[in-house]
Formats: sequence, structure tokens, C-alpha cells
Amino acid sequence: MVMRSLISRREQETTFHPVVLVLVPVFALLFQVYLPHIFPRMELLDLPLLVVIYFAIMLRGPVEGTLTGMVIGLVQDAQTSHPIGVNGMAKSIIGYAAASIGVRIDVENSITRLLLTAVFSVANSLLIYLIERRLLGFDMQWLWLHEAARMVANAVVAVGFFWFLDRLRRRR
Amino acid sequence: MESFFSRYKNVLVLAAVLVVQLIALATQIHRPTTMGVADTRTDGHHVRTVRYAMTRVIVPFEEMLTNVGHGTRDAWKNYVYLRGVRQQNAALQAEVDRLRLAQMSLMADARQGQRLQQLLGFQQQYIYKTVVAQVIGTSGSDQSRVIYIDKGSNDGLRPDMAVVTPDGIVGKVRDVFPHAAQVLEMNDQTAGAGVILETTRIRGILRGNAEGQPQVIDLLPDDRIQPGERVLTSGGDQVYPRGLAVGDVVSVGPDKQHPPYIAITVRPAANLSQLEEVLVITETQDAAGSPTDASGDAEVQRAADDASQALPSIPPQDSGTNGTNGANGTPGATGDALQVRPAQALRVDRFTPGATPPADELQPGDPNPITPKIVAPPPVVHTPAAEPDAPAGKQEQN
Repeated sequence: MVMRSLISRREQETTFHPVVLVLVPVFALLFQVYLPHIFPRMELLDLPLLVVIYFAIMLRGPVEGTLTGMVIGLVQDAQTSHPIGVNGMAKSIIGYAAASIGVRIDVENSITRLLLTAVFSVANSLLIYLIERRLLGFDMQWLWLHEAARMVANAVVAVGFFWFLDRLRRRR
Repeated sequence: MESFFSRYKNVLVLAAVLVVQLIALATQIHRPTTMGVADTRTDGHHVRTVRYAMTRVIVPFEEMLTNVGHGTRDAWKNYVYLRGVRQQNAALQAEVDRLRLAQMSLMADARQGQRLQQLLGFQQQYIYKTVVAQVIGTSGSDQSRVIYIDKGSNDGLRPDMAVVTPDGIVGKVRDVFPHAAQVLEMNDQTAGAGVILETTRIRGILRGNAEGQPQVIDLLPDDRIQPGERVLTSGGDQVYPRGLAVGDVVSVGPDKQHPPYIAITVRPAANLSQLEEVLVITETQDAAGSPTDASGDAEVQRAADDASQALPSIPPQDSGTNGTNGANGTPGATGDALQVRPAQALRVDRFTPGATPPADELQPGDPNPITPKIVAPPPVVHTPAAEPDAPAGKQEQN
């Protein structure tokens, strides 16, 4: 039963037009650096992370998820004052994990997407915290309330954002 | 072997990606500076190239969005939403008239203040040249407090230039590109600024915490530090000119990560989350000019004067200034190297200079070891110019 479910999910492989695969991350990155200038609270959101999670769980390929996460994370790093590679490493792992999980569970359900995004949002913050504090020796602090707000914001926005991205995919 | 790679392809790709980025990270880490903050400004050539490439892609988009946003807002404000403008205009005209009067008075005070500072030899730095820049974007991350401005090296910007607003400081230029620059805000965790508390004159280092609030750190507990006190730049960091507003003290609490020090949380004077335009200080100058050889002698003379004030027993260097000083022993207005002596005490006690007996007269166990006795006050040096105004000094000498 489980095997049949897995096979059927693999058979329902989703593909995207190459233009979509390029433009969606680009626009997510551009809006991520511009929107907080207008709405400072938007810093809580991590649109590139949502893109990584979405493409990873929909493409269902750990390699694709890893590489997508790496590229998006590195571009994000280039816009910060931090060393390049912090977000790259974190999002590589997130992409790999999301793709691995996407094969095993139903990722079309909104509740599942909401919970997945919430978990990956915290995981992403935790990875960045560990990399910066343990590997780089930065004086970082873990703020539970802040991370909880970020988790809720990302999870809620992800439901609508993923619904929008669903319109851009094509089933094989 | 082939089956091993195909079987663990996913994990191997992940491991390879992580190892490559780990090595890349290791090449970017620098040793902490003397301020205890990791030096993240000096990117390597390759890292800088990557950042430059990203900036080339993103900045035009940000500029376009900013221009569209400003255009829309200006069109709305200037052509559509004009309700109450006539009344506002009249009120502003009255305000301008009032401010012109106030400005005339303040300008006179400012000129007088500058003259006095020059007389006292202050090396106060003044902001000489600034470049107005528009904020066009952010880092997009709340863990990196960085903004992008639309001016770069073509406009004369260089790293480590101070970025301010009329309300207070914003940060410093971190990375400069031809048409844009990255500004590290003062509330970033890797930022640092030398500050001084206005009332207590306590100096400290300002940096951001994880919540994006600026904090003055590495201070020992001091009851004098109270919320509401203004925080100014100290000028010690060679980035921000001295005396610029930083913010107000919001709270004082123990630094949990570095006991027994305290951390002072500061509310920034500039609204860092809603920045539109900023000023980049591209040049400063000294009010008294650069030190010259001639001023070097003045420095020595001033140091001697300071020493004579601190140690009244030191004889004056200038032998031609014998006599009494002003009425209260304060320097006169002649501009000479005047020697300051403490005024005659109204009530002589053990703190009065010369009232304490020599050590060989003291007895161990004596309940009243120091008996105040009236002695002649120390010799007072005077200038001939100030002599007519010094009856008190003469009386004591006689």
C-alpha cells in the first residue's frame, strides 16, 4: 500500500517551464530585498526559502532541491554583510530535506504545506544560527518569540504563495 | 563502486555542496578586531566580485521600483491630494518668519561659539561635505542590517564613511560599487561605533543585538546612567564625527552574555526602519585647522597651564608674570599664560592647602592627627595687567 502510494506520487511528477524556474526565484529574491524597505515587518518573511521549499517538494528530487537551495542561498548571502555561504549551506540542507520528504507525504494538502513550511522555517533559522555561532564564532542570539513570529508568518504566506505557484506548474 | 555512487548520489551531492561552501566560508573569516567585532568589511577579491555582480543585477531593479514608488507618491501628493494645502502654506509661511528671527539669533550664538572654541584651541571636527543618497533596498534579512544607497564610488564614496540623517547617525559605508553602496546600519550585530553618554560622559562601544536594537556594551554598572540620557558619537572610532546624535537610553540592564558588564539599550535617533534619504559624510575638517608648528608651541604652553591648574604648587614657567591674579584667581582676559591658584578659603580645614602638618609631626594613634592651623596661603602669581583687580590676593600677602 505504502509502495503503491510512493509510486503513484512519483508518477505524478510535476514540471515547470524553465522560464518559471528562473523567474520565480529571481523575483522572490528581488522582492525580498525591496519589500522590507517599504514594509519593515516584511523582514520576517523569507520568500526565497518558500521558493526553495516549494520547488523541492514539487520536483521531488533531492539533488535538484539541494542545488536550488544552494544557488538561492548564495545569492541571498551576496546581499548581506555576512560571509557568503551561510544561507547557501542552510538552504541546501532545507532543499534536500524538503525534496526527501516530498516523496513520502502528500504535499498537495494545504495543512501539510503549512506545517512543512513552519518546520522548515524554524530549521532554516536554526541552521543559520548554528553556522554563524558555532562555525563562524559570531555573537548570535536565539530569540524564541522572534522565531515563532517568523515561523507563523512564513507558514501563513506559504499557503497562498504555493497556491499561486501551483497555477504555474504543468503535470506530466 | 558504481552502484555506491548511484545509490548514495543524493547524499553525496549534498555533502559535496556543503563541503565546498564550508571551504568558501573558511576563506572569508577574519580575526576579530581590537573592538571585539569580527571584521567583515574587508571582503576578499572573489567575494567582492560576487557581491558586485549581484549588486549590478539587483540595484537597477531596486532603483526602478523606488522611482516608480516615488513617482506614484509624488503624483498623488502633488496633483491629487491637495486638501488643506492653502492653510498649511499660510501656517508654514508664519513658521518661516518665526524661524528666520530665531536663525539670526542662533547664528550670532554659533559664530560666538566657534570663536570661543578657536580661542580655546578645540580641534572640533565639522562636517564639511556630504552627499545626499537615496535608500533603494535592504539585505532582505533581519539578521543582516544592511541598506543599499544609490550613490557609489563615482560620487566620491569610500568605505568607512559615516552615513547620517538630520536626526542622527545611520551607519557607515561598508562596500562601495560604482553606482551604489552598501551601508552597514549601526544596529547590526557586526557594527561598532564609539559613543559617549551626554551627561555622565561615560564612553562605550555601540553595536546591535540580535533583535536589531543598538546597545552600548562592555560597561561596568553605574547608577548614574538613567533612561532618557542622550547618547552621542565620541569620535574615537575615526568614522563618525564627534557629537552626532545616536539616540536615547531606553533601559539599563545586565549583559547576560558578558557578566558583570551591563548593556544599555538605545533608541536610535534616526528612524532606521523607514529611511528614505541619507547623508554620506565624505569630508570633515577641523575648526582650528590642522596642527602646525606654531600651534605646537601653543599646545605645550596649554599643557603647562593645565598642569599648573591641577598642581598649584608647581612654580610658573613664565618668570615675567609675578604678582597677583584676578580677584578669584581666575585667568584674566589678557590671553597670557596665566597661573591659577586656589582662592583663599573662607574656613580653613584639613583640606585647605598647607593646613596638613608634615608627616614627621604625626603621631601614631593620635585621635586628632590633623589639626587645622591657619597658615599663609600659597604664593599667588599675578600679571601686571591683572594687578589692579586683585585686592584680595594682595591683602593675604600682606
